[in-house]
Amino acid sequence: MFNAVLVANRGEIAVRVITTLKRLGIPSIAAYSEADRDAKHVELADDAVCIGPAAAAESYLNVAAVLEAAKRSGADAIHPGYGFLAENAEFARSVAEAGITFVGPQPEIITAMGSKINSRRIMAEAGIATVPGLLEPVDSADAALIAATEVGYPVAVKASGAGGGKGFRVAHTSAELPAAFEAARGEGERFFGDGTVYLERYLTDPRHVEVQILGDTHGNVVHLYDRDCTIQRRHQKLVEEAPAPGLGDDFRQHICAQAVEAARAVGYVGAGTVEGLVAGSGSAGPEFFFLEMNTRIQVEHGITELITGVDIVEQQLRAAAGEPLSVRQRDVRIEGHAIEVRINAENAAKGFLPTGGAITRYEEPAGPGVRVDSGVGEGTRILPYYDSLLAKVLAHGATREEATARLIEALDAFVLEGPKATLLPFHRALLTTDAWASASSARDITSDPAAFMKASGGTVRGTPA
Amino acid sequence: MAAKSLAPADGLVWKIVKKAGDTVKQGEEIVILESMKMEIPVTAEIDGTITKLLVEEGQAVEEDDTIAEVG
Repeated sequence: MFNAVLVANRGEIAVRVITTLKRLGIPSIAAYSEADRDAKHVELADDAVCIGPAAAAESYLNVAAVLEAAKRSGADAIHPGYGFLAENAEFARSVAEAGITFVGPQPEIITAMGSKINSRRIMAEAGIATVPGLLEPVDSADAALIAATEVGYPVAVKASGAGGGKGFRVAHTSAELPAAFEAARGEGERFFGDGTVYLERYLTDPRHVEVQILGDTHGNVVHLYDRDCTIQRRHQKLVEEAPAPGLGDDFRQHICAQAVEAARAVGYVGAGTVEGLVAGSGSAGPEFFFLEMNTRIQVEHGITELITGVDIVEQQLRAAAGEPLSVRQRDVRIEGHAIEVRINAENAAKGFLPTGGAITRYEEPAGPGVRVDSGVGEGTRILPYYDSLLAKVLAHGATREEATARLIEALDAFVLEGPKATLLPFHRALLTTDAWASASSARDITSDPAAFMKASGGTVRGTPA
Repeated sequence: MAAKSLAPADGLVWKIVKKAGDTVKQGEEIVILESMKMEIPVTAEIDGTITKLLVEEGQAVEEDDTIAEVG
């Protein structure tokens, strides 16, 4: 397939990609910053190249340094993981121009989907239901006020490049709108270099449902069913499960078909995710609205792998190499239920503020149906330069209840000491609540996870107040 | 009566918003830290004047380090 693949990322996703490369017998090359010399992904890879200082802008986000590392190490493909350069169309283009394969979709698709308002327009034209709202940007707070009366309050005010919880505000009334507009525009300019802002209806208590899709250069598009990622903090996911609870078979087929349509509409190649909101989940008439398309592997891809048995990284590599996908739609079946929790270096009791420290003791849980994707080990120092995700714990079972029980057991067995706090206790408590068991409403959990914890009587073991 | 503004979390000093000698209101941002892709404001505990600003942009700080004093 490839002679060697450079993994332009760090942490658990770099480890995850290297694992599949090893299984396929493809030499792996880790890219690392000076702060990551002793990192797990560096140790695991067949070869490793330093790409610069600790600050991400000078290493993992440094296009020239990553390209140089690929050339120097003889890699003929680059896997970007998620985050960093994964959705940077300029990077994807530079990689191709250097005669190296970018493991991801075409740069034009990254550009088209990276602009949220543009992707809304493309999907609406393809006949896919989008969240009610504007297909054109608003260029001032006054224009937003006029448009909002049509969209209806509460409105979501979004920068066109919004992502990772940045560039997104909610205005419940017209009084809140001007400030929300300015904040979304400011963050859009600062984080995404794009001050374009548009409005959507802000759906109250929707479920966040997404569909994994795969496409190849032979015109095949396959979906791997859905995931529910409703439990979030600051618009970033904390817990994910597959399949989404509370969806009937017909509705599930409907949203998966919409996702395949969306992928076909742009000629998608590689692994991607069609994200949407489901309103009226559990009711007789649920509705699915397209939100955005992510043109990379997702953090939560592992739960889909557990229920379908498909190695998504392998399919990404096949598609990038111009080979057909090795999975056919009729062979994809949902086997059981899988749940993932993100073990972040964060203190839930302090409003999910990041925590530092070095890991002094580390023992991963094991057992039937349990999988841990981790980028850390004993001695790992948690650094402020990168995101707070240390590891993901996944559990697979015949039913949602069995998966939950296995996950709780795994979290109890997970030894991770050193950092002042992690989300381990938060997840242990969350999974034992009635709200989780019934998956009925996520409003309380998502609006204020810390308050939800207290109200539910969950024990916050090991988390300083 | 001086009041110290402490770092809420470990991180790097991303931006100095106010300088020594500036007047601030309670809750106003003095410095913004950056940690794990999050911006964390360090705010004034009381109304007053910044008597000491103890950090520079780019500097690493630990949770509960004193960032500034307002008197």
